[in-house]
Amino acid sequence: MGLVTETDENRDAVLAAHADHRAIAALTQHLPGAIQNAKYDRGELTLTIARESIIAACKTVQAAGYNFLVDVSGVDWYPNQPRFQISYHILSHSLKQRIRLAVRVGEGDPSVDSITGVWPAANFYEREVFDLFGVRFGGHPNMRRILLPEDFQGNPLRKDFPVEGYR
Amino acid sequence: MGNLLTAPIAVDSSEDRTMILNMGPQHPSTHGVLRLVLEIDGEVVVRVAPDIGFLHTGIEKTCEAKFYQQVVPLTDRIDYISPMHNNLCYCLAVEKLLQLEIPERAQWLRVMMSELTRLNSHLVWLGTHAMDIGALTVFLYCFREREQILRLFDDLAGQRMMTSYFRIGGVSLEPPLDFFGRLRAFLKTLPEKIDEYENLLTGNRIFINRTKGVGLLSREDAISLGVTGPPLRASGVDWDLRRDMPYSGYEKFQFKVPVSTDCDVWARYVLRVQEMRESIKIATQALDGLPEGPIKADAPKIVLPDREAMKTQMEALIHHFKIVTEGFAVPAGEVYQAIESSRGEMGYYVVSDGTAKPYRVHMRNPTFATLQAIEKMCVGRLIADVVAAIGSIDIVLGEIDR
Repeated sequence: MGLVTETDENRDAVLAAHADHRAIAALTQHLPGAIQNAKYDRGELTLTIARESIIAACKTVQAAGYNFLVDVSGVDWYPNQPRFQISYHILSHSLKQRIRLAVRVGEGDPSVDSITGVWPAANFYEREVFDLFGVRFGGHPNMRRILLPEDFQGNPLRKDFPVEGYR
Repeated sequence: MGNLLTAPIAVDSSEDRTMILNMGPQHPSTHGVLRLVLEIDGEVVVRVAPDIGFLHTGIEKTCEAKFYQQVVPLTDRIDYISPMHNNLCYCLAVEKLLQLEIPERAQWLRVMMSELTRLNSHLVWLGTHAMDIGALTVFLYCFREREQILRLFDDLAGQRMMTSYFRIGGVSLEPPLDFFGRLRAFLKTLPEKIDEYENLLTGNRIFINRTKGVGLLSREDAISLGVTGPPLRASGVDWDLRRDMPYSGYEKFQFKVPVSTDCDVWARYVLRVQEMRESIKIATQALDGLPEGPIKADAPKIVLPDREAMKTQMEALIHHFKIVTEGFAVPAGEVYQAIESSRGEMGYYVVSDGTAKPYRVHMRNPTFATLQAIEKMCVGRLIADVVAAIGSIDIVLGEIDR
């Protein structure tokens, strides 16, 4: 289930098959080793980036022409580990192309660097992920809940949070 | 970025010159329940901190507990001004996961209704935006035409606002017999009505003074803050998903994408009015060229059978029973599908784990990101300009809070 089952051969095959893809070319050139996983499915490219390299990866794809951050969101793969996936959807106006960068974050230290320095647009989205999943974004200028009240207990989009009834 | 969107504005501000003003959540011009905390120096805005979440109902969480087809009515309720855009975006995302081909007639109907929804949404925007700025008459005129659109929706889907007309695999119903005639008559009269609104606003000195040069947002800021749709095009970025990354057969339609480099509230007004005229053209093209054929994909395990077939054929009855009671499994994977809604890029990120319920549904709604630009638009301007700026991003709190 999910991305965890994919192997290194899988990644290398996808990277080789799409070697002329602008994002893959830029990332393999400037950040070798940062791509942990690659998936090309239903016409969409997903690159799983090492957690500590996300800011560098964002800067690299931004320089490669992917100028617009569309969305940041989370997925909880509970009980798989690493538990959380943070998905960054990035669009290129000039190439008319989208890519998805993903970062896997473990349950013990659910945190990742904030990319608000690269795209200020990430501000609200990272707050939303923090609010609903409890993943912290290091270096975010205002890491507070955004949708739920300040005194709310828990993170509703985690899979161990019930849809209805009491916790 | 400086101190933008940073820490909350403290009431005991060390700067004695400024004071804190609470705007909303019940302020009539905040279009819903938006709270803005303004730090003001006299009447000049120093900082703006949006406070959202008053309408949060946890729709994303609810989706995870529903079958795929049961999510469609939830999507209506996110952006209640343009429900069919939400329907469309969700259906396209699930169809992409299923790799399902949609019949051409259904695609054209979807385009037709999307453009009608855009007209509906822009009419509400124009009426309320003008009313915020003090032009009350326009509101009554716009709602007169909007009523006609809602009646068309009512005839089409049985609901005025929460239509749920688009379903996974096509559209729910064949339009009634006189529908296309009435739609054509409506589209024919609409350009004159838009002239009427423009007569009231475009040459109106008060309206011009309230909007020109107000709410400036540079091209760079618009891109870095994730602004999409008319505010992005008003800042000089020539980008429209309908033309640049077409979906649902938009590549077959001819239309212009209005762009402006004025970057202000006025430019957003002009663009949206032009967009309404283009929407009329697209809807008319869809009416003229509407192909014959089925309105639902030929996928008996996903699309509910006809009522007639269900009552006469054993297999159809079984499929109907299974879809309703067990849903249908969607192959594992993740997709992001975006469409150009009335407010900008609406995206649905749907993750499937191979079961009949979505593992995760995330809605990327345009005004959630656009709201981040409100501080750039308002700082250094008067409080009254905040009202104009909010109106110009066409804010809908239902889609921001979800």
